[in-house]
Amino acid sequence: MTVDFRRVIRPVAIGTIALLTEYALLGTQQFANALTLGAIYALIALGYTMVYGIVELINFAHGDIFMVGSFLAMWIMTTVLGLSGPVTNLLNLVGLLSIVMFATMVGMGFIGMFIERFAYRPLRHAPRLAPLITAIGVSFILQNIISSLFGPSPVNVPQIVPLDKFAFMGGKIGYLNVFMVVLAVVLMIALQLFVGRTRLGRAMRSTAQDREAAELMGVDINQTIAITFFIAAALAGAGGVIQGLYFGSIKFDLGFFVGLKAFTAAVLGGIGNTTGAAIGGFIIAFVEVYATVLGYTQWSEVAVFTVLILVLVFRPSGLLGQQLGERA
Amino acid sequence: MTAAPSAVPAPGAAAAAGSDDVLLRLENVHTYYGHIHALQGVSLEVRRGEIVTLIGANGAGKTTTLKTISGLLHPREGTVTFEGRDISRTAAHQLVRAGIGHSPEGRRIFSRLTVLENLKMGAFTRPQNDIEGDLDHVFELFPRLKERTSQRGGSLSGGEQQMLAIGRAMMGRPRVLLLDEPSLGLSPILVQQIFAIIQEINSTGTTILLVEQNALQALIVANRGYVLQTGEVALSGLSADLRENEMVRKAYLGE
Repeated sequence: MTVDFRRVIRPVAIGTIALLTEYALLGTQQFANALTLGAIYALIALGYTMVYGIVELINFAHGDIFMVGSFLAMWIMTTVLGLSGPVTNLLNLVGLLSIVMFATMVGMGFIGMFIERFAYRPLRHAPRLAPLITAIGVSFILQNIISSLFGPSPVNVPQIVPLDKFAFMGGKIGYLNVFMVVLAVVLMIALQLFVGRTRLGRAMRSTAQDREAAELMGVDINQTIAITFFIAAALAGAGGVIQGLYFGSIKFDLGFFVGLKAFTAAVLGGIGNTTGAAIGGFIIAFVEVYATVLGYTQWSEVAVFTVLILVLVFRPSGLLGQQLGERA
Repeated sequence: MTAAPSAVPAPGAAAAAGSDDVLLRLENVHTYYGHIHALQGVSLEVRRGEIVTLIGANGAGKTTTLKTISGLLHPREGTVTFEGRDISRTAAHQLVRAGIGHSPEGRRIFSRLTVLENLKMGAFTRPQNDIEGDLDHVFELFPRLKERTSQRGGSLSGGEQQMLAIGRAMMGRPRVLLLDEPSLGLSPILVQQIFAIIQEINSTGTTILLVEQNALQALIVANRGYVLQTGEVALSGLSADLRENEMVRKAYLGE
């Protein structure tokens, strides 16, 4: 097997360069923050890119799916599990986190499938603008449901992970940061393996490339698209869990800006490319944290969206985007 | 206008021709694209073991006929029966399991998937641990593909892509293989090769419905043929008879 430059070497090179630059510029402490934020953006960006890849829809409700995920996780922790503060027994903590993570991801997966089934599938053959506007409508619906259920003000999320830190290379890093980054990376690797190596993953990639040809292979298109929405929403749900644990408070409109930044990450990485979305997430988080480090906190979002504009102007296909005209 | 009635048993691979040997039958099929009445009452049948060809000009409805059989389109009127079962309303992805393989117009290989992944997609409906033998069979038919298993589909030449498209359709072990313009855009040598391979596939028991613009070649390899004109069957019969037919010679064989 020869190593494919586009698929292996380039992503690894871009990823490594980005991480080293981030570390050199930020130092250990802020680097850890940027990685954690990047993990959230990356998990959401994956959903944007997967859904776009398969139905060519920018799912503008995806940021709100992430937001609903953070509320679902909060609700599971408080109402279902009755948690209110740090869990000090490591074994209990791991068990509880697994339950919260698993339940949130599965719950969000079904919500994502439900939205696709009733909001997007009926419009599959409609002009492109129709599902796009519907996505914005879904976004408002989700925000309003959450705001009427949990109120319009910020809601606290129980900090079940102790905020202990350990010294590492001249900085102090929380165990929470490590846990979250590792978790996100594990999920991303699992996703890559699923999409790259399994029969269903091949069906997803085939459907993304040529829906009719995939049908002729025996792929059930509706089922494949539904699975894609399930995975996208489940990953956003995982991002929502991390968001709540890391920031300690969530709000019904939090999906808007986080969603836009994750969308920027997906475009930066090359929309439709899952590896690109992951790398894009970490780069966007870095830009945001670096602006803060330089003292331009209010300008951090300007910096992020400047990146979006620059990418759209100079490299619309993104860092790892597919060039067109492959067909001989 | 209709020439030799198609009830005459075809020579070659089609041994017997009892009516229960009909694998695929279209009866008075009308198919529309929106308001466009593309097929206007097409009736045809394909018997087990045959090679049947559909010839006709651009826009005559050849591709539409294949799409109506494989379930990408559904007839508004008329029926499509496969092995005695009405499949007029069955979804395309279910017909693959039923035994219909369709290598579509324009090859439509998955350009960003590797050659091996494309072939595995062809066997999507089959147990994935049971496809080694089929892969070997495809590589026997198309040794070129074996050298290129880890290459992306989009990087293949036109001829190789056509081989991949046929090989991919074979991976589903179809009982009838629908081939849409397999020789389009290929060099004369490759055209000969593709037609030889079509005959080889047929000789191992796969029934073939072949759509071709290269009418002469198609009428050489096929047992029987149908000539489509603006969505209707204008003529049908044994290939040998069609080759001698005045109208066919003038319109499609360029004589």
